[in-house]
Amino acid sequence: MSLSARLAASIFLVATVFPRLANAQENPYIVTYDQFLEEPRNLEIEYFSTYGTQRGGNDFHAYWLEFEYGATAWWTTEFYLDAQTTFHDSTVPTGFRWENRFRPLKREYFINPVLYVEYEHVNGADKILKELEGHDIENDFLTPNAEARDEVKNELELKLILGSNFKGWNVSENFLFVKNLTNEPWEFGYAVGASRPLALKASSKRCSFCPQNFVAGAEMYGGLGDRYHFGLHETSQYLAPALAWNIPSGWTLRISPAFGLNDFSHQFMLRWGIAWEIPGFGDMVKRVFTGRP
Amino acid sequence: MNNRRLALAFFVVSLGPVSVFAQKQASAADNSHDYSELNRAPAKVRARMNPFQSDPDAVVAGQLLFEDHCTECHGPAGGGGKKGPSLRHAEVQNAADGTLFWLLTNGVAWKGMPVWSKLPEAQRWQLVRYLKSLGVNDVFKVDKKL
Repeated sequence: MSLSARLAASIFLVATVFPRLANAQENPYIVTYDQFLEEPRNLEIEYFSTYGTQRGGNDFHAYWLEFEYGATAWWTTEFYLDAQTTFHDSTVPTGFRWENRFRPLKREYFINPVLYVEYEHVNGADKILKELEGHDIENDFLTPNAEARDEVKNELELKLILGSNFKGWNVSENFLFVKNLTNEPWEFGYAVGASRPLALKASSKRCSFCPQNFVAGAEMYGGLGDRYHFGLHETSQYLAPALAWNIPSGWTLRISPAFGLNDFSHQFMLRWGIAWEIPGFGDMVKRVFTGRP
Repeated sequence: MNNRRLALAFFVVSLGPVSVFAQKQASAADNSHDYSELNRAPAKVRARMNPFQSDPDAVVAGQLLFEDHCTECHGPAGGGGKKGPSLRHAEVQNAADGTLFWLLTNGVAWKGMPVWSKLPEAQRWQLVRYLKSLGVNDVFKVDKKL
């Protein structure tokens, strides 16, 4: 069984162990973050895949498992494990990430900021493209796994997330600042997304295929160079329509084909994800240790 | 290498105070099931009318939304849970629809109530319709030490 299949299977296994479900209400973005945090004490387990084409080399399938926990109503913390398979090459684990998001303002405004801090420990074979930064381009992915995995990267990643809701639309903008903790310059990137449920009013019947459960949108993301060469020159850029299906059983499915917008980008990527939310996970853990009902 | 370790140590240590603060906030939330936040709704918002006031399906739709998003904290039928207060208290039931809509939209993040603006406006109004259909019942008030 491949590593990606094992990761996906582990989600189903956890879903069987924890039968309580919450109907999630997620936007379809794969890269862009919106302003919403995980509900307090809920745990969301997510699996994402990216199939990418590679000119001059082998196509790849990169994937990650994500544990997202609502520590409070204003703080969400996440842990990622990621890996990739390069066809005709090998499968390698590529590292882990620990991310925290904070909502600093008490009220809802027209534009709502969220602060994001992440530590990444990944190797050079990382291909999940969870974010695009600096001068990351398609040619970087040509290095064989055996060689690329020897390069270890420790990065601090900061994001300013801005999100707005207007007449059913969500519009989110992310500004990305990344510092490799060796002596390398700050790198920059961005992601923007817009989405809307297919229906704004909830149905009076519980249904899987009601239009309110589908959220459609698009996102655009790419690098913005570094401290010394800021701008779009020699950066990769993508445009990606996206669709999410929030199933009443608590699952969310996402799919997003991404198209490279210049010669430095992969021509095509197909990204999809599955998420499952466990309400009150923090309380369950607390009960295990305190014995209180 | 040293820079890397220092930055990682700083990152981990800086989360410590945040975590302690968060726990205090959560514990404060557990002990303060008051309804004073309702009084903070601006007058202009309180006056807003529920566009689903005459829609008979809105109560049922609101109930489904409530079961999906609210029972975890507020208990089944809004009677109150360990984390969230009863929504059948007179303070809630006598509040204007606009006030409840405003509270749902803004949340009370510092006391544990998340922002629910992720639900479209129509669905928040449907939730309000359901909440107001529950009626007053103070018997549901929960002893949090149970």
